[in-house]
Amino acid sequence: MLTDKDRIFTNLYGLGDWSLEGAKKRGSWSQTKSFIDKGRDWITDEVKGSGLRGRGGAGFPTGLKWSFMPKQNDGRPHYLVVNADESEPGTCKDREIMRHDPHHLVEGCLLAGRAMDAHHAFIYVRGEFIRERERLQAAVDQAYEAKLIGKNNVHGWDFDIVVHHGAGAYICGEETALLESLEGKKGQPRLKPPFPAGMGLYGCPTTVNNVESIAVVPEILRRGGSWFAGLGRENNTGSKLFCVSGHVNTPATFEEEMGITFGELIDKHCGGIRGGWDNLLAVIPGGSSVPCVPGEKMRDAVMDFDGLREVGSSLGTAAVIVMDKSTDIIAAIARLSYFYKHESCGQCTPCREGTGWMYRVMERMVRGEAQKREIDMLFEVTKQVEGHTICALGDAAAWPIQGLIRNFRPVIEARIDQYTHNAKAEGAVPSVAAE
Amino acid sequence: MANIKVDGNEIEVPDHYTLMQACEEAGAEIPRFCYHERLSVAGNCRMCLVEVKGGPPKPAASCAMSVRDLRPGPNGEAPEVFTNTPMVKKAREGVMEFLLINHPLDCPICDQGGECDLQDQAMAYGMDSSRYQENKRAVEDKYIGPLVKTIMTRCIHCTRCVRFTTEVAGISELGLIGRGEDAEITTYLEQAMTSELQGNVIDLCPVGALTSKPYAFQARPWELNKTESVDVMDAVGSNIRVDSRGREVMRVMPRVNEAINEEWISDKTRFIWDGLKSQRLDKVYVKKNRKLQASDWNDAFATIARAVKKADPAKIGALAGDLAGAEEMYALKALLSAVGSKSFDCRPVGSAIEPSKGRASYIMNAGITGIEEADAILIVGSDPRKEASVLNARIRKAWRQNGTPIAVIGENADLKYDYAYLGTGTEALAALAAGDDKFAKVLSKAKRPMIIVGEGALSGTTAKDVLALSAQIASDNGALSDDWNGFAVLHNAAGRVGGLDVGFVPERGGMDAAKMQAAGKKGELDVVFLLGADNYDLSAFENSFVVYIGSHGDRGAHAADVILPGSAYTEKSVTYVNTAGTVQRTNRAVFGPGEAKEDWAILRALSAHLGATLPFDNLNQLRAAMFAEVPHLAVVEGPVETKAADVAKLAKVPAKIKAGALVSPIDDFYLTNPIARASKVMAECSQLALGQVKEAAE
Repeated sequence: MLTDKDRIFTNLYGLGDWSLEGAKKRGSWSQTKSFIDKGRDWITDEVKGSGLRGRGGAGFPTGLKWSFMPKQNDGRPHYLVVNADESEPGTCKDREIMRHDPHHLVEGCLLAGRAMDAHHAFIYVRGEFIRERERLQAAVDQAYEAKLIGKNNVHGWDFDIVVHHGAGAYICGEETALLESLEGKKGQPRLKPPFPAGMGLYGCPTTVNNVESIAVVPEILRRGGSWFAGLGRENNTGSKLFCVSGHVNTPATFEEEMGITFGELIDKHCGGIRGGWDNLLAVIPGGSSVPCVPGEKMRDAVMDFDGLREVGSSLGTAAVIVMDKSTDIIAAIARLSYFYKHESCGQCTPCREGTGWMYRVMERMVRGEAQKREIDMLFEVTKQVEGHTICALGDAAAWPIQGLIRNFRPVIEARIDQYTHNAKAEGAVPSVAAE
Repeated sequence: MANIKVDGNEIEVPDHYTLMQACEEAGAEIPRFCYHERLSVAGNCRMCLVEVKGGPPKPAASCAMSVRDLRPGPNGEAPEVFTNTPMVKKAREGVMEFLLINHPLDCPICDQGGECDLQDQAMAYGMDSSRYQENKRAVEDKYIGPLVKTIMTRCIHCTRCVRFTTEVAGISELGLIGRGEDAEITTYLEQAMTSELQGNVIDLCPVGALTSKPYAFQARPWELNKTESVDVMDAVGSNIRVDSRGREVMRVMPRVNEAINEEWISDKTRFIWDGLKSQRLDKVYVKKNRKLQASDWNDAFATIARAVKKADPAKIGALAGDLAGAEEMYALKALLSAVGSKSFDCRPVGSAIEPSKGRASYIMNAGITGIEEADAILIVGSDPRKEASVLNARIRKAWRQNGTPIAVIGENADLKYDYAYLGTGTEALAALAAGDDKFAKVLSKAKRPMIIVGEGALSGTTAKDVLALSAQIASDNGALSDDWNGFAVLHNAAGRVGGLDVGFVPERGGMDAAKMQAAGKKGELDVVFLLGADNYDLSAFENSFVVYIGSHGDRGAHAADVILPGSAYTEKSVTYVNTAGTVQRTNRAVFGPGEAKEDWAILRALSAHLGATLPFDNLNQLRAAMFAEVPHLAVVEGPVETKAADVAKLAKVPAKIKAGALVSPIDDFYLTNPIARASKVMAECSQLALGQVKEAAE
């Protein structure tokens, strides 16, 4: 349970003043110069010590990622790129940071920039985020005006921040596609290796971090990495923004300690499941691309990276989608399949062709217009997509369907039986032929 | 070097190798669609997946991963790669199935059938049946020009065509639009591509999405006889394969030759074949009563013999055309020498090229590959894009990959790479020679500068000055050392260097092309032999007796008094020497139409009627005689030996330099020779190109 004194995002709901003045009152931009003066190794070590894992979905340790940046500058500039292309269905955490606590992010950029010897940061904002981009730009402008960033700023570390507005493609949230898009090209993921830390934006060493990962850095430095590491469990430290949507009584985005159980999370923040715990059907615990988990497994599940792996899913972006028993789970997953079909960039064969195939089969299964053997076939198709593509969109398209088939196979079979029954009842299938 | 284990066999490969190259080295075949060794790596077809031991539990794309990227085992063991494990097999089957679910499988009506990568690999790596029950995707066909036919439903989105056009051809007109399964290859506004190399996308396309429009539904690959030959559309000497059926040439394909054309050919080379079937001279014609009438060989030879007997030997001349082979020119020269003539020419009017000044003075001494070795390139009076498209792609490659600085004096044309434009004519060249230009510094700093002089600049009133100044620039900037000769003449006719090599130029006291034309106008040229010579001012020979030996009823035939039907380059075996001095031979793919004979045989037969029988009865004897005189012609693709000192001797710059603009002699890329002018396809391309010029002017 997170106590108020450990809260990082104290203006998450926009009740206070978002601007520089308000942010300063809440503690932002204090001691920043001393952190900068302590140098890149100190910052990286503090972040490593905090155990912060990337908040964008994959959960890669942030400090370790920063340490991949070249130690010696070979003449190429280093870049920090902040991924604010938050498009994962169900996820709405970075949006709140940009809206109401943008100075956490701006300050975080400066500190993270110092930690990787970067003098430039690019914040790539999702195309649909118009107001968020304006607010973030305003915060950046305020920071420039107060000489907190920019050339010859008070911190003694020249630093420029460019807020770049994307065009609204989901795939541009993939780090290398984001870099391509930022360079003015079509947003298609790049082959790795080379990794961005060696050759990223404009061929220069680059680190791409999620908004939340960067925004928590100033508080980690102010309070010390050990404070952050003291929250949550080992390997799953700190606090995290959760976005709960779906069939709970009060859907919300809130900051909570990692390692809280799902039951506690829902009861404390969301007023319980609509219709009570017995009415819980399934939960997608980490944004649309992770497998769904049946409700009965979920209540005691620990909401962190390792805890959710134990129930066969993943924390992802901690966007919890709750579905009660009124949900047509097949239709819900079919809708996600449509999303991935629509957002596939079309580069790799398995994803380009596979997402369309999976979506079409899912569409039929929603109606029950399928053969039972096709369930296995569909599962195999998802396996043919998973792991065979350049980026993780193929995996993301495959996992929800795998979760569905693993956990709700009887539902699909019942739907097929129902369809056959109806067809017989209506006389569409002559009984002789059916035998 | 790095050690790597492929399927258990440990081999040693260079560090920069990709896993795919390493696997091939170890003898394991890797299927692929998007990967092409001359294009950038896309890694998107996912067909080349292999299993890497100790890596993530998923297969890796072998085309994109380098041997260097693999980490050795805990005790320093070589990293291990597998190409035949169940994981790899399953991955390939999966990708193959995905490729086929939206592929129309219309192989029976597809022109790619029989030489289709998808067909072959589906047989080798695919499953036996499809599990796909949904409707297949249909994609609208796009217009991308008169040469490339599109059936876009067949496209598997490998993007080879996009990468070729942007990287090699230098046009950005072809691209992939849309996303996911709606992605389509198109020229955006459905305009024709403007590259002279666009035909290569047909070869690159691994399926039948891009096929040859003129060849559509003409033949199946297994019906065709394949003859390896050499192209004559320009002086590059691209290596080709002539595919024929019966007596017809059905298509022309490129062959790989790293030193010449890599594996690209120009559109003229590829689509010329319909010109081989029309406007052909298939009968002997003799002018009677001021009208050409079909006749026979004896009559024609007798007519010629009468004319020659009447003529003053000093007033007999011969001109060889752009497509003449070395053997024919050798035979013609021997024949005319026997009747006492000293006037031959194979060069354009007013050429400054003299074979007597050494072979180094008229070839591209560093070879075509030298373009990639050069660290600065100066192009004088040439539009290589029109004159030698494939060679221009090589210059673009040097510019793109090595950042070679390039400067141009002459036309300010769009060459598909950036260059410093120094001026239009001799003044700019003189200024550069005097060191008055920024590029002079680049040249002087360069260790291997290359000066490419267009043949057009080496003829006309300023020719001698251009030759001298270019040689001076080469000599002053260290382009003429023992191990680097950067002086390069870019010819634009396939027969030219061969002609110069066999000495088809006037002997002492003889007339060159300009003098022959002048003499003809004055009525002082009695007999002139045109060996496929169409690109001269033939009206000058109205008062002369003109013998035309050639394959097509073009300008030369109209001016003729006797027409002797010869063979085109696909119908005979002759020697051509390309602009870099490389000797190559064509092979006969089909027989000539009607009464057409091989040109050397016509000349041999004629010689008997002129009372000067040539001392050879077959091609081998002719060649033996020719090789005795010009030994280097005997060795196909032999080493090219030239003396840099010959070029240095040219650098005697006259005190007064004639001013004049340097213009490329080729104004229409598609219509440079009789075969091209007979081709419908080339005519269409030419019109399209001209139309675009008009459109741009409006």
